[in-house]
Amino acid sequence: MKSDITKVSAHINPNEALIFERSQTGRVGYRLPPLDVEEQTISDLIPHQFLRDDDLDGVPEVSEVDVIRHFVRMSMWNYSIDQGMYPLGSCTMKYNSRLNEKVARIAGFASLHPLTEAEDAQGALAVIHQLQLDLAEITGLPGISLQPAAGAHGEMTGVMIIRAFIDARDGEGGSAKRRTMLIPDSAHGTNPASAHLSGFSVKTIRSTAEGLTDLDHLREVCAVGDVAGLMLTNPNTLGLFERNIQEICRIVHEAGGLVYMDGANMNALVGIARPGDMGVDVIHLNLHKTFSTPHGGGGPGCGPCCCTKELEPFLPVPRIVKEADNYKLDFNYPKSIGRVKAFFGNYGMMLRALAYIQTHGNDGLREATEAAVLNARYIARGLTSDYDKPFDSPPMHEVVFTDKRQSRKGVHTLDIAKRLIDYGFHPMTIYFPLIVQGAMLIEPTESVGRQELDQFVEAMRAIAREAVEDPELVLNAPHDTRIGRLDEAAAARKPVLRWKPRQAATTA
Amino acid sequence: MLHEVGLNSASELFDSIPQELRLTRNLDTTPALSELELLAGFDRLAATNYGAQRISFLGAGAYQHYIPTVVDHIISRSEFFTAYTPYQPEISQGTLQAIFEFQTLVCQLTGMEVANASMYDGSTALAEAVLMAERVTKRSKVVACGAIHPEYLEVIDTYVQHAGIELVHAPFDAETGQVGDATDLLDDKTAALVVQSPNFFGCIEDVAALAQRAHANGSLLIVAITEAISLGLLKSPGACGADIVVAEGQSFGVPLSFGGPYVGLFATREKYARQIPGRLVGEAFDKQGRRGFVLTLATREQHIRREKATSNICTNEGLIALASTVYLETMGRQGLQEVAQQCAQKAAYAAKSISALPGFSVPFTAPRFNEFVVRAPGNAKELLAKLASKNQITGGLPLSRYFADRPNDFLVCVTEINSREQIDSFVSALESQVAL
Repeated sequence: MKSDITKVSAHINPNEALIFERSQTGRVGYRLPPLDVEEQTISDLIPHQFLRDDDLDGVPEVSEVDVIRHFVRMSMWNYSIDQGMYPLGSCTMKYNSRLNEKVARIAGFASLHPLTEAEDAQGALAVIHQLQLDLAEITGLPGISLQPAAGAHGEMTGVMIIRAFIDARDGEGGSAKRRTMLIPDSAHGTNPASAHLSGFSVKTIRSTAEGLTDLDHLREVCAVGDVAGLMLTNPNTLGLFERNIQEICRIVHEAGGLVYMDGANMNALVGIARPGDMGVDVIHLNLHKTFSTPHGGGGPGCGPCCCTKELEPFLPVPRIVKEADNYKLDFNYPKSIGRVKAFFGNYGMMLRALAYIQTHGNDGLREATEAAVLNARYIARGLTSDYDKPFDSPPMHEVVFTDKRQSRKGVHTLDIAKRLIDYGFHPMTIYFPLIVQGAMLIEPTESVGRQELDQFVEAMRAIAREAVEDPELVLNAPHDTRIGRLDEAAAARKPVLRWKPRQAATTA
Repeated sequence: MLHEVGLNSASELFDSIPQELRLTRNLDTTPALSELELLAGFDRLAATNYGAQRISFLGAGAYQHYIPTVVDHIISRSEFFTAYTPYQPEISQGTLQAIFEFQTLVCQLTGMEVANASMYDGSTALAEAVLMAERVTKRSKVVACGAIHPEYLEVIDTYVQHAGIELVHAPFDAETGQVGDATDLLDDKTAALVVQSPNFFGCIEDVAALAQRAHANGSLLIVAITEAISLGLLKSPGACGADIVVAEGQSFGVPLSFGGPYVGLFATREKYARQIPGRLVGEAFDKQGRRGFVLTLATREQHIRREKATSNICTNEGLIALASTVYLETMGRQGLQEVAQQCAQKAAYAAKSISALPGFSVPFTAPRFNEFVVRAPGNAKELLAKLASKNQITGGLPLSRYFADRPNDFLVCVTEINSREQIDSFVSALESQVAL
């Protein structure tokens, strides 16, 4: 059944129970030096009613080798970038350099306390400052804060900056009339959620049949006079560059609003074009996408917020500034939206991102962008014969297809994605963007070569054939994984969100 | 490949970008560095972080603890650190099972019923808890104790500024260091009373009494913890009656790393599970009845609910949650208690030794875990600067950083990392610097 499959990963199937089910009373996996001060009766130090009395019941008791085997076995159930192409659209799953990991583990950074006096942390602050300069250059937006911990956090920061700017510009009465944030129907769900946190209500902007922002609709909505801003992803989530971006910015600006750009797709632009030159006022970046810091199975991220000179006074504090040859924390920004996170943000990610920028060099950054776009173009060309491509324009770094043809045989996007697992690939992003029915959003990144692209195209074509010849095979995929498709509906109806000892579970 | 996609040059790939927006020069960033050059550069910078080289008694929201070697080995496995958020459960069971264990451990330690897959850090977890309390109670005022970490209070301020929530600060008692009687601040608009325990000054709050007070008023009690190791020794907030517990999980196997990435723990009662922010992993079964794990209750989240979501959070702190899970399982039931015991014992020894020095005192009377405020006979910031340059000891945090009216006070933290020898040299350094 898989004669023409060239890339097949054997999914390893060791059984591994939950650690709580492995626990053995009295086992330990650690050793501390003995206490070297006179031990006092603990209840003499802390009154009895404040002390724990459950002896940490249920917390596992295992040896070190138990722990290692437990996690190594579990790790084998994961797909990862290091195994192969991970074409999740809008997620930019590119290679995570080991060198960057090494940099983040240098003791002088890893052991540095965030409340160290600035004069004793000059190297750490210099890294922040250099990354600020580089990201400002890459985006063309000079104001910058690295404090936000992830993309959505950077969005929240950016939208709060817009709110603060409008509050300051229009005064309380004027600002109260501007509570509308415009968001295209193709946007990430985090956009409206972030806008809501700043007290904005959301109005949706339609996309044209061509897959771009509908300028007429934008003009119409802007004419109402209540617009605070527009949140736009560019290239958008269909993988298309909004070629009217200057006109879009002009319309929003003339209506008294600001333009926020979701930088999730910056991997299509680095070294090629800069949001600041397009008229964008504020943007967030995802260092865990464009700048290759590892996704870690769901974080940590880092979501720097970059803005124009005009918006700079509103950035979170403290700002990291350079005075003469000295780096310092500057809290003196009375218009600041405030602090969005304790300390300075996800510093370890900043080290990795700076290492990425420096090892690529300026020409390498541009070349990476070129390769990312070329790879997506190559896939677009390779799959057009077998899959419906809803938008004609050539894509940037990611391309969207649909299940239109396959669904006639009852095979849907989810099935195609699951079948792709049998071919040794991680599936693409599915059912996003929401405006494309049965969307499959494919982003190969620059980290795959032609051979693997060919294998991917070949696998997708084979699935298209299977959808016609043997739909059951696709509908029941994946076949080789540790578990089959899980009943997610049942899981949500009666959620079991933690392990409990058996007898407790039956009474609960 | 270019020719195959019908192009002649790389620049044609970008034809959809208007010509006037195209960058016609190289970025003004550095030319490519080799591995050797790059490491030399970062090593040079790291060497000027003198703070990382000293014996340290600095805590205040970020703590130095023993990290078992296995932790970094596990999180350095490709399969964990180069995986994405587990959207495809069939090929993400490693991450999903680890998160399920993390959620269980957080519940066990905090004494709560449900925990999520992680928040960015303790401060943002606390801000999200405040927003959740407003959703649950539909009340709009929040009373926060003044002895909460000042940076956490700032983050709450930022998060609630447009949420229609009035934030009121309850002063702490100048003698005990604990939250004063906040009863008079609680009214029928109050969604939650927020405390930190041990609080910013290291003082243990009477969480059970505060829970009773909050509940009598129909409000929730939110408990924040910055030093999660305290959970190995102190009664869990859940056992004291807390409704939402958030914590900074950095103490569980995560390096200081100049403030991040850390991991926020977030736990609550089962009845509020559908109001919880962030990701949740739950048990599920396939057609053959095999147990697995999936992301669940997603209808709370931004990708489905958009502006009506319980939070805008998407990427959280997966790998750091994994580090904490490995830490907690390696230390285990016994190790977590031993670490906490050592911290409390060594801190008590240090507090006793310092308060015996002429001119020094430990002003707050409340019981404490591993942090305490010291009052010096003179300016604390100057004293600690001398200690750093002359004795190579970071003696703690001058409270003047956050409290201008406390120029002579500093916050000391002692953990299992600090040997008796270190504590003794710290004490004699304090004595000699003051005598000079």
